[in-house]
Amino acid sequence: MNESQQEREKCEIILRVNGKFVAVHAHGMERLLDVLRLDLGLTGTKEGCGEGECGACAILLDGLLVNSCLIPAFQANGAEIVTIEGLAADGRLQLLQQTFLECGGAQCGICTPGMIMAAFHLLSKKPHPTREEIREGLSGNLCRCTGYAQIFEAVAEAGRRGGTT
Amino acid sequence: MRANPAECEFAAPDSMRGVLSLLARDPGEWLPIAGGTDLMVQYSAGNLHARKLVSIWNLPELRRIDVSAEEVEIGASCTYTDLRAHEVVNRDFTLLASAASWTGGIANQNRGTIGGNIVNASPAADSLPALLVYGAELLVVSVRGERRVPYRTFHIDYRKTQLEPDELIRAVCLPRRFSGYYAQARKVGARNAQAIAKVCLAALGRLEDGMVADVRLAMGSVAPVPLRLTETEQVVKGRRIGATLVRLARMAVVSEIRPIDDMRSTARYRAAVAANLVAEFLEQLAAGGTKT
Amino acid sequence: MTKERIVGTSVPRLEGRDKVTGLARYVDDMVLPGMIYGATVRSHIPRGKIKRISFGPGINWSEFAIVTPQDIPGKNCIALIEDDQPCLADGVVNHPEEAILLLAHPDRNRLPKAVEAISVEYDPLPGIFTMEESEERSHSIWGADNIFKSYLIEKGDVDPVWQEADYIVEGEYRTGAQEQLYIETNGMIASFDAQQGLTVWGSLQCPYYVHKALMKLCDLPADRVRVVQLETGGAFGGKEEYPSMIAGHAALLAMKSGKAVKIIYDRLEDMTATTKRHPSRTRHRTAVSKDGRILGGEIEFTIDGGAYETLSPVVLSRGAIHSGGPYYWPNVRIRAKAVATNAPPHGAFRGFGAPQSLFALERHMDRVAQVVGLSPVEIRRRNFLKPGKTTITGQTVREEIDLNKLLDHALELSDYETKKEQFARHNPQSVRKKGIGLAAFLHGAGFTGAGERYLGSVVGLEACAGGSVRVLVSSTEFGQGTKTVLCQIAAEVLGLRYEDVEIAQPDTQEVPNSGPTVASRTIMVVGKLVQSAAMGIKQTLMAGGMLGESYSPEEFRAVCRSYVAQHGKFRSLARYEQPDDIVWDEEKYRGSAYAAFAWAVYVAEVAVDLTTYKVSVDDFVALQEVGKVLHPVLAKGQIIGGVAQAIGFALYEKVVWEKGRMQNGQMTNYIMPTSADLPTIRVYFEELGNVHGAFGAKGIGELPMDGPAPAIVNAIEDALGVRFNSIPLLPEDIFDALDEEVGSESKVSSARGKR
Repeated sequence: MNESQQEREKCEIILRVNGKFVAVHAHGMERLLDVLRLDLGLTGTKEGCGEGECGACAILLDGLLVNSCLIPAFQANGAEIVTIEGLAADGRLQLLQQTFLECGGAQCGICTPGMIMAAFHLLSKKPHPTREEIREGLSGNLCRCTGYAQIFEAVAEAGRRGGTT
Repeated sequence: MRANPAECEFAAPDSMRGVLSLLARDPGEWLPIAGGTDLMVQYSAGNLHARKLVSIWNLPELRRIDVSAEEVEIGASCTYTDLRAHEVVNRDFTLLASAASWTGGIANQNRGTIGGNIVNASPAADSLPALLVYGAELLVVSVRGERRVPYRTFHIDYRKTQLEPDELIRAVCLPRRFSGYYAQARKVGARNAQAIAKVCLAALGRLEDGMVADVRLAMGSVAPVPLRLTETEQVVKGRRIGATLVRLARMAVVSEIRPIDDMRSTARYRAAVAANLVAEFLEQLAAGGTKT
Repeated sequence: MTKERIVGTSVPRLEGRDKVTGLARYVDDMVLPGMIYGATVRSHIPRGKIKRISFGPGINWSEFAIVTPQDIPGKNCIALIEDDQPCLADGVVNHPEEAILLLAHPDRNRLPKAVEAISVEYDPLPGIFTMEESEERSHSIWGADNIFKSYLIEKGDVDPVWQEADYIVEGEYRTGAQEQLYIETNGMIASFDAQQGLTVWGSLQCPYYVHKALMKLCDLPADRVRVVQLETGGAFGGKEEYPSMIAGHAALLAMKSGKAVKIIYDRLEDMTATTKRHPSRTRHRTAVSKDGRILGGEIEFTIDGGAYETLSPVVLSRGAIHSGGPYYWPNVRIRAKAVATNAPPHGAFRGFGAPQSLFALERHMDRVAQVVGLSPVEIRRRNFLKPGKTTITGQTVREEIDLNKLLDHALELSDYETKKEQFARHNPQSVRKKGIGLAAFLHGAGFTGAGERYLGSVVGLEACAGGSVRVLVSSTEFGQGTKTVLCQIAAEVLGLRYEDVEIAQPDTQEVPNSGPTVASRTIMVVGKLVQSAAMGIKQTLMAGGMLGESYSPEEFRAVCRSYVAQHGKFRSLARYEQPDDIVWDEEKYRGSAYAAFAWAVYVAEVAVDLTTYKVSVDDFVALQEVGKVLHPVLAKGQIIGGVAQAIGFALYEKVVWEKGRMQNGQMTNYIMPTSADLPTIRVYFEELGNVHGAFGAKGIGELPMDGPAPAIVNAIEDALGVRFNSIPLLPEDIFDALDEEVGSESKVSSARGKR
């Protein structure tokens, strides 16, 4: 199979990413994670395990938290996507990003984008979550550095100060 | 070895009929993919042999929940999140709602589907024991028509089901007759979240005049398929729960199940815990558990 | 004492904003023009001779860059302590997943099939997979005797002591391999240009380790090799030595292909092919008086180093030196050795030998208590080190540490005595057996003995044209707060605001060698050098008459700007000098092993559910004396994170081995704790200061790894009355032990077969 044959087999996938319409040429079975990172240059979403265990690749797809390493590109056709890059509009941090900074929620930072997306999704449904609700909302996001405590404090603090703004 | 996406073909018909036509046209060639939480893991690990995938994600015929007086009909592409959010499922089918809440994290619950869980046919799947004790029936469709299959006959062997290459599961039907039962679901995994079950139990029971009028027990990860513990049920039915019966029930569980040693756990452990879980259920049923 | 303005406060993480917005750039986020992707062909057998390598049909091999050992310009080795580890197996493999060949292609998706299409035929040789098999020496797999290194540490004279002993207590304790499981896998990009030389960018802890290894591998002089650390997504020691290997691979492919090459491991490759914590076996034999005092002992400490030497001698050293813990041993003989097996080499992981030997010791102390008839608390009280007493290497404790008071404090915080008594009363009626256990321990910060002198770390502080100052160190940030705290220190010394200080990205072309980012040395040792270098800048500006005794940050900036305008950028360098009171005899392995010890007492409260045999840690108190806390939020984060990893070490993280190959190399099957498995970890600090550390700080990064495992297993013994001496301790192991105890009554039928 030569390069030009491969090109022909790519298809057009149209998405709205962080508020902007984009069209990419990708193979249907490429992972949405790779489309975001490689085709769209949105490298904020990370790969940690490739099997939907760690949550580092979490994004919002049609308003739902999903692991982008498990979504084939062709199923994302026509979808509304929000990634970590879409959260800080015009350079202004979301309250959640601010509390992450204050409470030590990010250490090495690799789990942070997925963690923040999961927390953002949680706060959009439960603006003032209990500790148990935070734990459940983030149970699909693994962190090896923090032992979770300061991440949960950051989310709780964002909840206390008013949910997502 | 991970497949090259360039070698994969895909299709996304906008109706269930479109999917069925494709499956009928090229039987055995197209693999239906719903939320992808099982198939994409296999794909990325290089364990997916299929090279043609047809999406059944979010098809309206497959993603609906219909409630009648007799039963609840849950579309096969309903996600765990859909199940957890549904009032009737939550109230009348707590074993299924619990299992849905234990599967992965929120992100995987938003994509994982009940149909996918059934067809993937892992003996460790969280929801399947619940379907067994609720006496679920599957609505299976193809271009040839629709058939109703008792779920307890659906699994033939390890990861092998009755499903023909041109068939899809359209819905899972659960009879609405268990609201008077005490229900208990338990999952024992390697950790408290995001874990594959080492043993899981779905149990329903009803006492009448202090005797067991009905008991329904099913377990995961103790056999090549999700297992209804019919022998153990026979031992318990019609009797009064006491220390002797519980001991007999334990012995029945251990002799009925066929657990193995694998990477996750040992047969001895699984057997011991299985017996403990059933004992715990019976003791709580006897203690007046009317909670569902 | 003047109160500090910046040090001691929780300033914002320096690079935090980029991390919470997704802008932080890790190696897989970086793309270079014309970049191609690399992959590694690895051994499927543990040991054997390579007979033939065939390139299968169906692949257009001319599209691939292929690297074999013959393409190596320099020496085929990854230089570390010894040169015994090849970069690519040359004729012989010594462990599963050993690298044999490298491939690269512009299309990342084509690589898996190509790797599969290469078949290697071997003449297998018998492999060795346990420490015991290695000791038996039925085969020599490394050197003549399979021993990478051994140490003998002696103090006093232990041989006559057995006669006087009222009790002789023996025990054997084991710890398993543990995967670092940083959420960002190993990755590297390399680019080679005949003029500029070789540049690599990657996820790594020690730029100068990689630099040294690449010079030798690629036969390039120091100024034609450049190593740049990118944002690193977790390391914990797993990126201390391994990056030299992956950098070597990327470099060779870059040199062969003439293109930039990126290699990123997927999780399976990372878990199965890279380093893990050394498995260990410790045997204690202790002579104890009837009033519970240790009269002397023999400790045999053995670690499994895997197939090549790598860092095993240093892990062995630290483990051996910590094997006596925070106790006074008047007489002791420690025989330590690191042995070879046919597994991928084991390597650095937070704690570096100490979690292994301290697990053994703290389990053993509870055993000694039982034999003597004292409580776990009392046995420790009677044996604690005190100021003026000497450690097992003969180092005199000079600081005013009162371990009894530290223990008292921990007992109070955890409500130990009340709970112990409560649990004992309630357990007989409960299916959920509760227990409480403790561990007392220490951790030496910095390189052992003369190690810091040997490193000769250099730190720079640069005065910049804009009036700010820039810290120049090769010390890397990977979450622990290197950048934040070093800038706090510089700002404090110079009287600046935290925002006025920058820090250079570690790039061997830009920064001096401040030593590797390991051994809990960065804040303490490198931070102190930052203090000196900052003083140097201050003195230069003051000597020029430009800066008075007191000044505002704005005044400093103005003076700095004008000085640089006149004289150009200037750097103040500070080099490490061994303090006179740190004297170490490398031959006899005696003397002052570390410039400072942090001290700790941890208490774990557990419940064992007899329905599932699962252990839950219900409460955890982590109390430690750390010199000085320079950043409260970061310090707390280090302790909580370390305790979480150690809970994994104790109860969850099992590597399943089959002939030297890890079978459970996926996150689904290698179990690290989620938040649902962790208690609230309560962290408390005491501060005694430290004359050898920046602003009195001691190293704390590794300390929290040492205590939780023995505290937890001690608590489990308290709950069940069953002695477990091996970790990881899984529910299956607890069930097996309880089942054996009860006998046939509750025996369950065993496996019908193994799939």
